[in-house]
Amino acid sequence: MSDRLYVATRKGVFTIERRKGRPRARWAITRADFLADNASVVLPDRREGAVYVALGHGHFGVKLHRSRNRGRQWEPCATPAYPPKPEGIEDREPNSGKPIPWSTELVWALEAGHDTEPGTLWCGTLPGGLFRSQDRGTSWQLVESLWRHPKRREWFGGGAELPGLHSICVDPRDARRVTVGVSCGGVWMTRDSGTTWECRATGMRAAYMPAERQYDPNIQDPHHLVQCRAEPDAFWVQHHNGVFRSTDGAASWEEVATVKPAAFGFAVAVHPEDADIAWFVPGVSDEQRIPVKGRVVVARTRNGGSSFQVLTKGLPQEHAYDLTYRHALDVDETGERLAFGTTTGSLWVSENQGDSWQAISEHLPPVYCVRFG
Amino acid sequence: MPRVTFTQTIQRHVPCPPSEADGRTVREVLERVFAANPRARDYVLDDQGAVRRHMVVFVNGRQIRDRARLSDAVPSDGEVCVMQALSGG
Repeated sequence: MSDRLYVATRKGVFTIERRKGRPRARWAITRADFLADNASVVLPDRREGAVYVALGHGHFGVKLHRSRNRGRQWEPCATPAYPPKPEGIEDREPNSGKPIPWSTELVWALEAGHDTEPGTLWCGTLPGGLFRSQDRGTSWQLVESLWRHPKRREWFGGGAELPGLHSICVDPRDARRVTVGVSCGGVWMTRDSGTTWECRATGMRAAYMPAERQYDPNIQDPHHLVQCRAEPDAFWVQHHNGVFRSTDGAASWEEVATVKPAAFGFAVAVHPEDADIAWFVPGVSDEQRIPVKGRVVVARTRNGGSSFQVLTKGLPQEHAYDLTYRHALDVDETGERLAFGTTTGSLWVSENQGDSWQAISEHLPPVYCVRFG
Repeated sequence: MPRVTFTQTIQRHVPCPPSEADGRTVREVLERVFAANPRARDYVLDDQGAVRRHMVVFVNGRQIRDRARLSDAVPSDGEVCVMQALSGG
């Protein structure tokens, strides 16, 4: 069980620890780092006990920091940087027609590599580049095969003005197999450590496109993509207009229409041992990004999406307008403990798979990323 | 020799004391400063070496025009001032 949470927010990074107590344990903030700085992602790397944080300074750009002692001391490390843009190249965001900057605008995903590659990290960015470090963030290399893939030029912004790579799943069976989620560019997989890539979003549906393009895999908007550790052929996606599930290694996807109270949202978590158990934090819809009827709920399925339970115990059920972003829901390595944070600064934890929740804080800055570690 | 100063707000992240650096253009002057203070470069310039969107550079009180190549001339007694724009949060 994880007794520690790291929370990246609009104004700092918070460490939260579980203290034993009666009648129940209490989770409390024990550290606040990078106060007032905009932290987009935090990654506790369980392999070595390191913690990585991505900051986005409005003026000074994106910066990465790492700690080797769980936040007691931090040191700057390298930031993923794009290579020089070749002269004369036409690279424009398809919707706006604006040039795609070959520059890291946001670190939107940070993941530990495979257990057999202890120094390896993966990083997803706006405007859509995937980077890999093999030295714990001391240096980064752009995965050129994906960035220079002709289909990458078709990616477009969803919410943000630029396309962004926000989800990275390293297959626990095979370090060479990595699956990523892109808004808006679908799901992409490499099976040869990034030498070649294949778009694997067949079956996803994009309600925001004209009928003839709705099933185009490369224009899908998977808000978040997760992979089951024990059953790595099983993936879940909270998509812009629904929930999708794959049980064949992302070769095909099936829409899960049973989710309630709504199919819109950003976050999804899957039980590490049982791919049939997954959690979502729904909002009304694309154009109404608030909880249904002002009630904060978590939707849980235990049967692969055949049905859902709406979990409310301990969560505010009137006039609550919390929205949970894509990285702000996490499940621990046992599948028992969950935590999620919101845009209005609430943070809840559950020790029973979501049956009941306790508030850790309702006064944090807007929460971007919650990770057990 | 041109004199270079940086906004106070950058100092919290990476110390950038006032300095003097030779060069005929903003690029030459700033690259000399960054050669001695490599971490500061990424705070001022983006991945393509252009001035970050919400940063501004002045030479003798005039905002530079070439934010991509930094080719604006710097007089030998010029004052290069690296500031943050009011935009950008």
